[in-house]
Amino acid sequence: MTLLIEPDYGTPASESLETVQVEIDGVAVTIPADTSIMRASAMAGISIPKLCATDRLNAFGSCRLCVVEIDGRNGTPSSCTTPVAEGMKISTNSQRLDRIRQGVMELYMSDHPEVCAAGDECEMHAMAATVGLKEVRYCGRTHLDLPKDESNPYFTFDSTECIVCNRCVRACDEVQGTFALTIENRGFEARVSSSGTSFIESECVSCGACVQACPTGALTEKTLYTIGTPTRSVLTTCAYCGVGCTFKAEMRGDELVRMVPYKEGGANEGHSCVKGRFAWGYATHSDRVTTPMIREKITDPWRVVSWEHAIDYAATTLKALQAEYGIDSIGGISSSRCTNEEVFVVQKMVRAAFGNNNVDTCARVCHSPTGYGLSQTFGTSAGTQDFESVEHADVVLLIGANPTAAHPVFASRLKQTLRKGTKLIVIDPRQIELVRTPHIEAAHHLQLLPGTNVAVINAIAHVIAEEGLINREFVNERCDLDSFARWEEFIRLPENSPEALEASTRVPAEKVRKAARLYASVPNAAIYYGLGVTEHSQGSTMVMGIANLAMATGNIGRPGVGVNPLRGQNNVQGSCDMGSFPHELPGYRHISNPKTREIFEIQWKTVISSKPGMRIPNMFDSAIAGEFKGLYIQGEDIAQSDPNISHVHAALRSMELVIVQDLFLNETAKFAHVFLPGTSFLEKDGTFTNAERRINRVRPVMASKTGKSEYEVTCDLSTALGYKMSYENAAQIMDEIAATTPTFSGVSFAKLDELGSIQWPCNVDNPEGTPVMHVDHFVRGEGRFMVTPYVPTDEKATRKFPLLLTTGRILSQYNVGAQTRRTANVIWHSEDILDIHESDAQLRGIEDGSWVRLSSRVGQTILKARITDEVPAGVVYTTFHFPESGANVITTEYSDWATNCPEYKVTAVDIAPSSKGPQEIGEHTPLGDVELESIVRMANQIAANVPAKTAPEHAVAHHIEQFWTPYMLERLMKEVDRSKLSPIVIRALDLELRHLPS
Amino acid sequence: MTSTIYIPKDSAARSIGADHVAAVIEAESAKRGISISIIRNGSRGAFWLEPLVEVETKEGRVAYGPVTVADVESLFHSAFHLGGDHRLSLGRTDDIPWLSRQDRVTFARVGIVDPHSMADYQDHGGLVGLRRALSMEQEEIVTEVTQSGLRGRGGAGFPAGIKWRTVMATVGEHKYICCNADEGDSGTFADRMLMEGDPFTLLEGMAIAGLAVGATEGVIYVRSEYPAAYDSLNRAIEIAREFGWLGSDVLGSGIEFDIRTRIGGGSYVCGEETAMLESIEGKRGIVRSKPPLPAVHGLFGKPTVINNVLTLATVPAILAEGAQAYMSRGVGRSVGTQVFQLAGNIARGGIVETAFGITLDSLVNDYGAGTLSGRAVRAVQIGGPLGAYLPVGSMNVSMDYESLLAAGGMLGHGGIVVFDESVDMAQQAKFAMEFCAIESCGKCTPCRLGSTRGAETIEKIMLGEDVSGNKKLLLDLCEVMTDGSLCAMGGLTPLPVRSAMLHFGEDFDRRARV
Repeated sequence: MTLLIEPDYGTPASESLETVQVEIDGVAVTIPADTSIMRASAMAGISIPKLCATDRLNAFGSCRLCVVEIDGRNGTPSSCTTPVAEGMKISTNSQRLDRIRQGVMELYMSDHPEVCAAGDECEMHAMAATVGLKEVRYCGRTHLDLPKDESNPYFTFDSTECIVCNRCVRACDEVQGTFALTIENRGFEARVSSSGTSFIESECVSCGACVQACPTGALTEKTLYTIGTPTRSVLTTCAYCGVGCTFKAEMRGDELVRMVPYKEGGANEGHSCVKGRFAWGYATHSDRVTTPMIREKITDPWRVVSWEHAIDYAATTLKALQAEYGIDSIGGISSSRCTNEEVFVVQKMVRAAFGNNNVDTCARVCHSPTGYGLSQTFGTSAGTQDFESVEHADVVLLIGANPTAAHPVFASRLKQTLRKGTKLIVIDPRQIELVRTPHIEAAHHLQLLPGTNVAVINAIAHVIAEEGLINREFVNERCDLDSFARWEEFIRLPENSPEALEASTRVPAEKVRKAARLYASVPNAAIYYGLGVTEHSQGSTMVMGIANLAMATGNIGRPGVGVNPLRGQNNVQGSCDMGSFPHELPGYRHISNPKTREIFEIQWKTVISSKPGMRIPNMFDSAIAGEFKGLYIQGEDIAQSDPNISHVHAALRSMELVIVQDLFLNETAKFAHVFLPGTSFLEKDGTFTNAERRINRVRPVMASKTGKSEYEVTCDLSTALGYKMSYENAAQIMDEIAATTPTFSGVSFAKLDELGSIQWPCNVDNPEGTPVMHVDHFVRGEGRFMVTPYVPTDEKATRKFPLLLTTGRILSQYNVGAQTRRTANVIWHSEDILDIHESDAQLRGIEDGSWVRLSSRVGQTILKARITDEVPAGVVYTTFHFPESGANVITTEYSDWATNCPEYKVTAVDIAPSSKGPQEIGEHTPLGDVELESIVRMANQIAANVPAKTAPEHAVAHHIEQFWTPYMLERLMKEVDRSKLSPIVIRALDLELRHLPS
Repeated sequence: MTSTIYIPKDSAARSIGADHVAAVIEAESAKRGISISIIRNGSRGAFWLEPLVEVETKEGRVAYGPVTVADVESLFHSAFHLGGDHRLSLGRTDDIPWLSRQDRVTFARVGIVDPHSMADYQDHGGLVGLRRALSMEQEEIVTEVTQSGLRGRGGAGFPAGIKWRTVMATVGEHKYICCNADEGDSGTFADRMLMEGDPFTLLEGMAIAGLAVGATEGVIYVRSEYPAAYDSLNRAIEIAREFGWLGSDVLGSGIEFDIRTRIGGGSYVCGEETAMLESIEGKRGIVRSKPPLPAVHGLFGKPTVINNVLTLATVPAILAEGAQAYMSRGVGRSVGTQVFQLAGNIARGGIVETAFGITLDSLVNDYGAGTLSGRAVRAVQIGGPLGAYLPVGSMNVSMDYESLLAAGGMLGHGGIVVFDESVDMAQQAKFAMEFCAIESCGKCTPCRLGSTRGAETIEKIMLGEDVSGNKKLLLDLCEVMTDGSLCAMGGLTPLPVRSAMLHFGEDFDRRARV
């Protein structure tokens, strides 16, 4: 493959539906009205010289190379800024135009280096040749002595090559929306400036839009100098967040020179962030382990072994464990960082080769409540919209998400939409950037206390119901009316009023009322949410509350509306789609359904257990209880990312075989016996599915550094365990997914290559996919309202732990930092910091930048303090990007009642000044029957939360049947002192007993 | 009996001592126990007579000037406060031929009224136009302005009525009237004098424009070097609001129109209408591409009328007296009056408002009385720093849009700058390029780089380096700037350069090294 040069039509496409006919150089052209002459010409194959125009940016008209002549009009207008009009006759070439263009280029070249560092990249020299410039007669003042700005680790700004076309400034404004760049001075002295300071000290977020936009060598990736100009491109998908940006990986030989966002990329449309654009160096970092290794004990040193040896050792040990401790004593965890194909084979191996359903995925700890909540209400676990939809919204309700840090490319799209007048409501304990940023101010910021999401969403719904703002037409037509009636009766209860809840939420009632009115009063209101919704003890309830709100106001089923989870990882959506949950087969079909099992049993030629397997926390509890012995973990660092780390570490130490498949010897590998080297996304062949259900191709840009693809390793392990699995390529795995999963039935690599990407469902009815879901009816038929009582979390601020800790991530780092910590991104964030409100800091004598001891009931650590008003008094905040900071030493075992998604967002803590910096993190050893305690707690939580007005015991019994392993149910029934259980649980158990075979 | 004495508060008069004269007159009257009332009016525009002191008498106002502080004692001695005769007596002001020969429409009240007296304003015909406009349909107002033939006085000469009609017809919930008061041309001062001397007229014109097109908000963008005009406008706006003809209920009509002022960004190019919009929006004053026209997509993206001070200040008279009265003046398509501003090396500088069609010679020699230096006139630049230089051979040109265009010049904002025979026209050409280099916004390449290259090239010509090659290069550059520039700043800069080369070629060849 050669270097992929994307066509540049000079100006953005017109949105007009009308067409006009014009004549360009004698050629008749029919194009949409309002198209620029430049674009119309380009579409007709007529190329007009240009330097300041590019089709990602609005026309600017500064270079004056694109001038044309129009019959009947005076002068020589610029073709980029002049729209076509019916019957217009345009000449793009004449002697006069030649003279202007040559004259302009002569001026340009009189202040431009004769040889550019960017070489062929510099459009200037090419354009000089194009317009026929022969000599530069001027000699005078130049800017050729200006110094370079090398401060950014990834790109250089060389003002001597700058032609002041403003493309970088406009890209920063119009694409990224950060306004970090400007032009300083005027006239001849006009120069591009990162607002009067160096790039690294400026507001620049290193998204790379300016570098991409620059037509010369003024803004250039440093790799272009160190490696050279690229010679070929491979289209692939970024492996960081759930936005799923399409990139051109530009290569020189086998070396990656740069990642350039692809304009046709469905999710990003040519934009990128600092991580995807620049932070890919980890893939070739010297820390990478590329050979398999084993050891008998975790205190032994690692031994490098052959693939065969490692697989054989792992398989033999797993079989022995099952022989000794039972078939359910082992399990596997799939990764949201891996491809759909890799995930599919992991769950297939567990179900077919392990012979149980003990498979879970890291989505457990992020978006499992989304799966549960949206399935219950809409019928499927997925965001309802494509990203483009947000541009049609009149109001955006953003809950528990910080897109400018975590989903930067979507954030840019959102920012541009907000700047055009869309109103924003933010529900977040923190003052996130979007609350107030250049040219954007949220209409309402409901700064709630962590843990009170459900109270706020209920209060909003209460106002909508009480003030006659329900869209009854939509509800009557599209929703289950019984469920609606129950919900309406519930939500109108005075206890759900904003006034009644104000004391809990700390949000003034009048603010809630105003926000509710705004959300309900516009034609199109859209909800976007993140882990601030899901990672709570009522995460699932909150997701259902959000779905209720969207249904009650009719904001479902068209562009500009919807319920949109912002997925944290590149393939959270996909790993969930692929049947990674212990109770579900691919396509969100319950394991107990015999028809579903039959499809797979025929395809896989095996028998599948009908009982739900263990969730990740169940595995940990069971391991500590001595029942669970072997775990295969693909691409997840549970020993850093999961809550209550002491507990996780104890569980891992309790196991006899821990297999880690990863790029690096991560924290979890410290507890592992087998290390299987993984592949980076640059080596993978497969697909990722992003937050808008968009299936994107991931193509290998370089050979696997381990000699094997990752799915091959899983297949080898499965085969060694006695269940033969092998595929010739990843496309075959997708064919198997399509053959077994109705929502994927129309998907194939061939079609993906043809269409670029596909949003599922893709089937006979929607052969090219589905940008917006639930258009005429919900996936489950009628939309179902769920009653969502607010049950405060047990994690409360106390005298001992008076503050609430909430956690999140920042722009330059990603999750546990395994990748970004191994890039130059550490220049922006080299340690986790604890954000503290001034009043809390003053009270304790804590100074900005000093060490602080942070403690909760489960652990303690030491972090550096930052005093800020981004958090309110009573709330502290940190990130979890660095293992040494141990943020998850602090977080607790509490979790969502329905899905066990950990309550990362609320931990009662205290802080105190510390004279010392970070030291060895003290871990505690879990005492007692941890598993039984968890079972009691989970059961009581379900009883407190399950949405049922009458006969809640039936709902509780049903829930337990759906999601619990038989073993857990058995322990609950037989071993628990009933005085510890809520009466509803006891009644549910009585029901269960009737079902059980004696 | 109290004598009413008028002493201009106009910045031009103040620059040569009007404030000091007023203070001394006041002190002297007190000393002498003479009761006087001083009114600080605008300037009549006869600058060589400033400070021009007028006294109200039974026969009308009588004038004395130019008055210095040293003259005050003798003026009192001559009982000037009662109209007494004095060495500086000019007789009845209205009889001064320099003034009486003019046809003042736009400037009818400037220099006559107390700028901030509503009573004075109404006594002199103020608000008649607005009251009439309130009785008319939008369409009728626009038609009246269209029929009057009023053209944009900022320089482009675009028919005001047509611009208004576009804004009226453009659907928009919010529309603006923007007054361009960023008067930056060298040798121009009419906008300033009107804003200082008769601000209500401008406000009334804007209110009428607002009624006509359906705009509720007006913005006046005042040149940063005009602090007195800015203060005068703000005071006038406050008074107009108090009197209820600006605000939420214009003269009880229920119609809303209010005006606010903005201080200019301090750059010549901010007077370019689209750069002005950017500047008002709080951005760098750089030029926008057209289309879209500001009439459709103007201030903050809303439909916007942009007119010069003189254009808007003429509107009340048109509404008051009717389109016919206005269009009966002038020649051809240049109808009505033009406020010419005489400046540079001229004996009698100031404001001359007359119907279009007067000759340049009449303005320079009859009104202006030739050069101040006494040497022969060599060149006249019309229309600001980007206007053409005309040689003495062109002095008979009729001063109207079309005739000036045919003579290779342009009327611009009506500024006329006179040079005597000592001028070096190569230096003047270089100045044009240098001016552009300093004032260019830097957006488009021909202007951003071309102006500096132009000045450098003329410098070489002046030093005698490869004169023929550099003259060819300069002409090539002029073509690129004229045809290629984004706005009139770069597009017109070649006009003075080319006209200097055409009419005064000898100044470019003088130093050629053989």
